[in-house]
Amino acid sequence: MKRIKSPQELEKLRKEIQAERDPNKSCIAICAGTGCLALGSDKIIAAFKKEIKKQGVDTAVTTIRETGCPGFCEQGPIVVIYPEEICYLRVTVKDVPEILSKTVVNKEVIERLVYKDPASGERIVKDSEIPFYRKQKRYVIGNNINIDPKSLEDYIATGGYAALAKVLNGMSPESVIEEIIKANLRGRGGGGFPAGWKWEATRKAKGEPKYLICNADEGDPGAFMDRALLEGSPHSVLEGMIIGAYAIGCGQGYIYVRNEYPLAVENATLALEKARSLGLLGDDILGSGFNFDIKINRGGGAFVCGESSALFASIEGRTGEPRAKYVHATDRGLYDKPTDLNNVETWANVPLIINKGADWYRTIGTENSKGTKIFALVGKINNTGLVEVPMGITLREIIYDIGGGIPHGRKFKAVQTGGPSGGCIPEQFLDMTVDFDELAKIGSMMGSGGMIVMDDHNCMVDVARYFLKFLEEESCGKCTPCREGVYQMRMILDKITEGKGTMEDLDTIEWMGQAIIDGSLCALGGTAPNPVLSTLKYFRHEYEAHIKDKKCPAGVCKALITYTIDPEKCTGCDVCARVCPTDAATGKKKEVYTIDQEKCIKCGACIEGCNFDAVIVS
Amino acid sequence: MEAKIQTIIDKYGADKGFLVPILQDVQKEFKYLPREALTHVSVYLGVPISRLFEVATFYKAFSLTPRGKHELSLCLGTACHVRGAPLIGDNIERTLGIKAGETSSDLEFTFETVNCLGACALGPILVVDGEYHGNISITKSNKILKKLGKKVQIDEEN
Repeated sequence: MKRIKSPQELEKLRKEIQAERDPNKSCIAICAGTGCLALGSDKIIAAFKKEIKKQGVDTAVTTIRETGCPGFCEQGPIVVIYPEEICYLRVTVKDVPEILSKTVVNKEVIERLVYKDPASGERIVKDSEIPFYRKQKRYVIGNNINIDPKSLEDYIATGGYAALAKVLNGMSPESVIEEIIKANLRGRGGGGFPAGWKWEATRKAKGEPKYLICNADEGDPGAFMDRALLEGSPHSVLEGMIIGAYAIGCGQGYIYVRNEYPLAVENATLALEKARSLGLLGDDILGSGFNFDIKINRGGGAFVCGESSALFASIEGRTGEPRAKYVHATDRGLYDKPTDLNNVETWANVPLIINKGADWYRTIGTENSKGTKIFALVGKINNTGLVEVPMGITLREIIYDIGGGIPHGRKFKAVQTGGPSGGCIPEQFLDMTVDFDELAKIGSMMGSGGMIVMDDHNCMVDVARYFLKFLEEESCGKCTPCREGVYQMRMILDKITEGKGTMEDLDTIEWMGQAIIDGSLCALGGTAPNPVLSTLKYFRHEYEAHIKDKKCPAGVCKALITYTIDPEKCTGCDVCARVCPTDAATGKKKEVYTIDQEKCIKCGACIEGCNFDAVIVS
Repeated sequence: MEAKIQTIIDKYGADKGFLVPILQDVQKEFKYLPREALTHVSVYLGVPISRLFEVATFYKAFSLTPRGKHELSLCLGTACHVRGAPLIGDNIERTLGIKAGETSSDLEFTFETVNCLGACALGPILVVDGEYHGNISITKSNKILKKLGKKVQIDEEN
């Protein structure tokens, strides 16, 4: 494509691309995001290409689009046939010839591949009508299915870079900032700090050059919305960054992305090259005289580098140790220069606000939290995936209406939000609305948007211990209370999960947790005790069961459980004996089997193997 | 080795700010960071070797020891954890006779855990030599280990 030199030329190009595209043409959109790829969507894409040739389907009327993640990961690989919007779930390579001949060519719906409502048994053909999608407001991530992330034309055809054109076509930097402040866009990375204020502070700060960074170091375990955005719609993030750079008055930007996200790196790198060649990035953007470019930095696998000052250190080629924040990054950040740092999702919200206006944006959400938030709904939930919902929705709506509730008819126990900095929210708060301020009131936080659902088979002491173990490994070691305190707390929880805890330990955890909060420089240490303190607050009885009764009610902590075989259910099929690695399960075929407690290592193999639920954990 | 390292460093315009990506590329080339390689990086980039060791030991992505022929990494993100990943990890450790983070003495296997790969719908996830295996169970992990030549307890009849 030729370099474009003005906002008007961009609009002309958009019209040309749109005119070339026939909306009635068939398009097979296949998710090529990390989740579906892991489920084999690359093989499905290859099969479609092969089958199109084999069946002699006219490629002029049928195209394949390899898209980013549409969010319904549980039912992947996902294939949507346009223009009819027929959504096929859990597609396999075997289904490909039939989809092509029946649906693409003859417009026939294949019943078995469309969504089946588990409650009513009703089949739903269009993706927008599936309950998982119906309650969502997919303003930010919804475009993923409509574009090939590797195609700049696709993004432009769907209205991409129109916000940038609008900004460069007469908006002053101050008025852009004003619009973002008015929209009350708050940081989606977890802090919830108003992005517009940060922009303004960076703009006003003394010192040149100024830097701008996109934080794509999505370290919270169980959160993957930033990856899906950067992978599936990289240009929306770039567009937000370019607008931000114009408003702040900055010439160099960075995307700091996790090394564990190779596809996001690949797609973002390609997006940068394409934007540059079209004149949307680099010198004299759209003929406006404004210069801005972006470099990509891959992280080194350190959770703490998601913290602003540690992230700066990492970009500078040093170890990611945070520093005290009495001087704000907006004054002295990267290389000691004024720096604005926002998260991927925050950047992706910017074009939306500019296009539709702050007044429109303010109609979504609650009093102090505007817009939507993307959550990664994972764990013990029927519909695992990415959900974008307006702020102010209740947890119950997310978990039951969108998420479809808990699998296998088990009982909901808690939902963990905010990653290792957050807390576990018990059932009594399910009707609470979700926004930045409400979640903080009950000792959790919104965080970057991981929402891990747990059922009655999850031990809360074990979960607390898990997070401490995580943080113990990820603590950079600079502050002693964090480095040693988290370690000591984890040792105490080890003791409790082994049945050696005392009631005094619970008091120790509480005061020690407070000491770690008070004595740590950055948010990693400052919030490290949250998962423990919140479980202790809401699930104290589970801690007490481990200490007083020497029992793990959820049947997780190995030292406190035994495996036995229910003679009523055992059919003597011999599976447990065959899978047991220590020969602890023995018996005669067609008779009741037993487990030798001396030999049993509680590895779980027999539970997994038994088809009759005969292995009891108590 | 020297030429290869120089090519990598030149790709980044010998900019010290790109130390982490440079070391990542070096690691990709040699599968770990050989001491000799670090010495070259130190000389070309003008960064003291102590700084390189500081960085190489701080970030999880780097390994100062050779890696096994087969690399297994088990996701221990929260979603995988609540879906039973720890039991799979125990099984792999027991079968390979090494702990997470270690390499077997015959350099056949490296087993490690990672904190969330962001494919939580598939949890627990085991990545074997770059290939994702979702919804891993003890049985599935055993089948994978068997394919890689390990003796495991498998229910052959099922």
